[in-house]
Formats: sequence, structure tokens, C-alpha cells
Amino acid sequence: MDAEQKHITSYRTYWWVLIILLVMTFLTITVTWIDLSALTVLVAMVIATFKAGTVLTYFMHLKYESSLFRVLVIMVLSIYVLVIGLTFFDYLMR
Amino acid sequence: MEEHRDDIGARLGMWIFIFTEILLFGGLFLVYAVMRATYPDDFHQSAHHLNAFIGSINTVVLLVSSMTVAMSITAVQKGDKRLAVTLLFITLICAGIFLVNKYFEWGHKIHLGLYPGSDLMLTLKHGEILFFSLYFFMTGLHMLHLIIGGIILTIAMIKVQSGSINSESHVLLENGGLYWHLVDLIWIFLFPLLYLIT
Repeated sequence: MDAEQKHITSYRTYWWVLIILLVMTFLTITVTWIDLSALTVLVAMVIATFKAGTVLTYFMHLKYESSLFRVLVIMVLSIYVLVIGLTFFDYLMR
Repeated sequence: MEEHRDDIGARLGMWIFIFTEILLFGGLFLVYAVMRATYPDDFHQSAHHLNAFIGSINTVVLLVSSMTVAMSITAVQKGDKRLAVTLLFITLICAGIFLVNKYFEWGHKIHLGLYPGSDLMLTLKHGEILFFSLYFFMTGLHMLHLIIGGIILTIAMIKVQSGSINSESHVLLENGGLYWHLVDLIWIFLFPLLYLIT
């Protein structure tokens, strides 16, 4: 059996992560009450990205996994962002 | 005979699967983005049919369930079987609450005649039809993943109870947890885009 990292995350860390996520959720909701048209969506998406990052780092344990996992996740997300970006680039040119 | 196990490999396998899921839902989000840019007013109008309060409750419920499933892994690692099973049970309750809410949401719309292919739907503007198609397809696909995740975690809960998942061997629970967090991640983006664009 290979030797495992086995970092055990404390319950308290998970509680704090939840609180942060709930605060960000509240922020998302209240921000969308302010109508800044295109900017509202952008702000909501930025907050959503932070929420996702928090879930990935702590709940999904990326912080404590080997760096290979982080590299792969960043790679895949970059590819995805590129796909969205390029598609919009094309779409806006029509 | 020593059993060969590769927990890191097992987790990596689940991550690779998660990548394919990201691209799957990612593609749908892309369709949403382009269609929304094409029919901004129709999307804005249609979104009024969605109940942001229920959507918010569902968001909170899923976030809590992500915490409880993550905590259940800690509990297993610490050998606290009873706590682990309790936490997994709470996770499943949260899943149930989410599904019940969805049932009311979808039920209400279907009752009003708002569903893909309905007569009422065909009378709506093009952008509105697109919004509802995307709404039903994306939340439906998400719901399917939630149910699958629930089944996996139920199996994990049974195995924790029986002892086959324990502090020495619990990669099934970790992978089930990862899948569950993915369900949560998808909703984190789905919620503002569908419910909060009014």
C-alpha cells in the first residue's frame, strides 16, 4: 500500500467554509437587486467563481492533494474559459 | 495476499470524470450565454416565472450538504462511524429537500402549461421558448446528477455502517463526495444565471 498524505481537515474548517459560502450567496442575491445591466451578471459570475474556488480548494480537498490535481483542474478550466471566450469572439463578429 | 490499492489513482479517475462533466455542463452554459446575448429581453421576462426564493433555499441546502459530506470523510478518517453515518444521512435529507423543491417548481410550471413542446410554449416568443428549454434541460440534467450522487452516497453510507468503508479504506466515500461537490458546483452557477437575472 502506498503511503498516503492523509491530511484530515477539521470540522471547524468545514464550518468556516460553509459560512463563507453562505455569505457569498447572500452577496450574489443582493448584488443582483442592483441593476447595472451587463455588469450585474459579471459581478454575479465573479462571486460564483469565488464560491466555486472555495468548494474546489476545501471541500474537494484540492489544497491538500498533490499539485498534479491542481494543475489538471487549472488546465481544464482554462480550456473551458478559452472555448467560451473564442465562441463569443466569433459570435460578436457576426 | 496483499490487496493492491491506489487511492490517489482512484481519486484521479474521479477527477478526470469530473472534467468531462464540466465540459458537458459547460457546453450548456455556453448555449445559455449565447442565447441570452441574442434575446436579452425575452430571457429577462421569462426569468420572472422562476421563484428566486425557492432557488435560494435550494442553494443553501446544497451548500450545507456539501459541508456534511466533507465532514463525513473527516469522521470516517477519525474512526467516528456513528457521526459519519449521521452526516451522510443529513446529506441525503438535503438532497431530498432539493428534490421536493424541484418537484414543486416544475409541477407549478407544468400546471401552467409551461413545458417543452406544450401548446402554450409554442405561442411564446422565440427567446422565451429558448429560456424555458434551457431551464428544463439544465435543471433536469442537474437533477439527474443529483439523484445519481444520492444513490452513490447511500451506498457509501451503508458501507460505512457495515464497516467496509473505514479509516483505512474510504476512497469510495471520497469519490462520492467529489461527485456531490460537482453537483453543488453546477448549481452555484446555475442559480444566479437562471434565477437572478431579473
